[in-house]
Amino acid sequence: MELRKSYFADVRKDGLNEIGQPRPRLDSPGHVTGKTAYFADRNFPGMLHLKMVRSPHHHARIRSIDTSEAEKHPGVVKVLTAKDVPHNVYTILILIQIGPEDETVLADGKVRWKGEAVVAVLAETERAAQEATAKVKVDYEVLPAVFDMEEALKPGAPLVNEYHGQNYYLYDSGGCRKVRFGDVEAGFAEADHILEQSYQSSPIEHAPTETTGCVVAPEGNDRFTCYTNTQAMFFTLDNASIILQMPGSKLHFVGGTVGGGFGGKVDVIVEPIAILAAKLTGRPVSFIYSREEEMQISSPRAAEKVVIKDGVMNDGRIVARKVTGYTDAGAYSRHSPYGAQKGAAHYPGPYTIPNVWIDTYCVYTNRTPSSAMRGFGVTIGDFALEVQMDKLARLIGMDPLEFRFINAYRDGDMKAHRQPTEGAALIECMQEASRAANWPVAEKYMAMSSYRKGA
Amino acid sequence: MAKVPVRFTLNGSEKAEFIESGATLLHALRDKIGDTSPKGGCHQGTCGACSVIIDGELRLSCLTLAETCNGADIRTTSGLAAGGVLHPLQRAFLDAFATQCGFCTPGMIMAAKVLLDRTPNPSREEVVEALSGNICRCTGYEPIIQAVLTAARANSQNAA
Repeated sequence: MELRKSYFADVRKDGLNEIGQPRPRLDSPGHVTGKTAYFADRNFPGMLHLKMVRSPHHHARIRSIDTSEAEKHPGVVKVLTAKDVPHNVYTILILIQIGPEDETVLADGKVRWKGEAVVAVLAETERAAQEATAKVKVDYEVLPAVFDMEEALKPGAPLVNEYHGQNYYLYDSGGCRKVRFGDVEAGFAEADHILEQSYQSSPIEHAPTETTGCVVAPEGNDRFTCYTNTQAMFFTLDNASIILQMPGSKLHFVGGTVGGGFGGKVDVIVEPIAILAAKLTGRPVSFIYSREEEMQISSPRAAEKVVIKDGVMNDGRIVARKVTGYTDAGAYSRHSPYGAQKGAAHYPGPYTIPNVWIDTYCVYTNRTPSSAMRGFGVTIGDFALEVQMDKLARLIGMDPLEFRFINAYRDGDMKAHRQPTEGAALIECMQEASRAANWPVAEKYMAMSSYRKGA
Repeated sequence: MAKVPVRFTLNGSEKAEFIESGATLLHALRDKIGDTSPKGGCHQGTCGACSVIIDGELRLSCLTLAETCNGADIRTTSGLAAGGVLHPLQRAFLDAFATQCGFCTPGMIMAAKVLLDRTPNPSREEVVEALSGNICRCTGYEPIIQAVLTAARANSQNAA
């Protein structure tokens, strides 16, 4: 790789010796010798295995749960239901005051997505635990379900989650996150062309090679060690503390080694129930997702819908951009209200547009709860924005890369959410991309700089 | 569940265990014998993380019944470094940045070892084919392919 040092040479310290050089990772010697200890490599004598009874319905009321046959199954040690969980209704981001608590650890009276955890079974072997889950009898009254965000927002749609009475998240700013900058309607009135397009994405599963899970060992003094592959150690510790109503000093979390995460291991799903099981049985507990659970149960990237309306001039300037974004949270919030909010901040893209209007909604449906995945909230938005940019360039007969130079944000430009642009490098990245991809642009663009225009 | 005696050599040392009939070799290695270098990623023979070498053949230990391994010579990545000296494949994986999360690495190295044992100077296509049963979600495979080719070159230089 060639490292070009001409860019920003006056502001950059030139001690960059690492970039472009291969450097061994600190954890690689353990990986290549098979010595790296993942959570599932911990094995304790007398360890119990936890398997979950899950909802076969997308939306249903639970009339009754009968665990008596499961409890009699050979090898079964304990069966847990909602009443065993000290603080059963939680939400991950309550730690940063983003509520309301809206999700159950174990379903209580209702299930809101297919696969929701209802009853936890603990047995001497994985096989016995799995067999016993089939003996738990749950009587469901199936309810109408909704799987499409726009359907969910219509009057009379099935109510997904009683903590969000209108099927969308209520921000302190109202039913959506809003950005208002300039006068978007005046911008459209002035524009030579207007282009409105819709973009949609499906949920995406991270599919890490190591499935989600944890192993919990009681230390014998009412303190518990939890070996976990969480990507969010302190979110998990603090939420476990809330759910279990145990001080954090009783919880010893060991992690940091994750067999692939990509954002899929930031929810607090397996640890609290496994710690509770270890506490109630006094024995080590292993709760590891099967491959099927990893693919079907763990949170995917949210499905999104993005509607972009742009006003563009024949000379290439975008003069107005209106975006309405929808993020499908599934049945519970997890990290999706935050994802939708990130979208609102991101949607103008790295472009300077004088008139911007953005609304982003976090919508509830009876689908698998979505959550974090690599750049969630902005990745799908970037797909939509950049496809839109290509379409706009085509509309006015301009080269798509030159079109981006014209609209690129530069230092000193005011962004739509009223943060001045600092440290921009988009112009320089595009200049280098132009060279690397052998996609030439006019000399005036190759002479541009991210420094404040005219400065 | 009745237990059956199973005896085999693991990385050259003799092992004997009583194991539940129907249990997998992956379970026997990880939970009974304590060699956790084979990983359980899918338990259905699709990801390759549990790959081991049985009598010179690449095998998925999650689909192999432990009781069928009596008398077998079993090799895993934990036994590859001789006297603390890394095998050329291990060295190449380190140098080529061919590991990220590391979960697929032991299985990947086993698959590569069977290839190089039989085909000391493989083509790129032969490397891709040999690794096609092992899933990696981090690297995009290219550094792994380069590592195997590098290890093959190092082997042939040592042999020359």
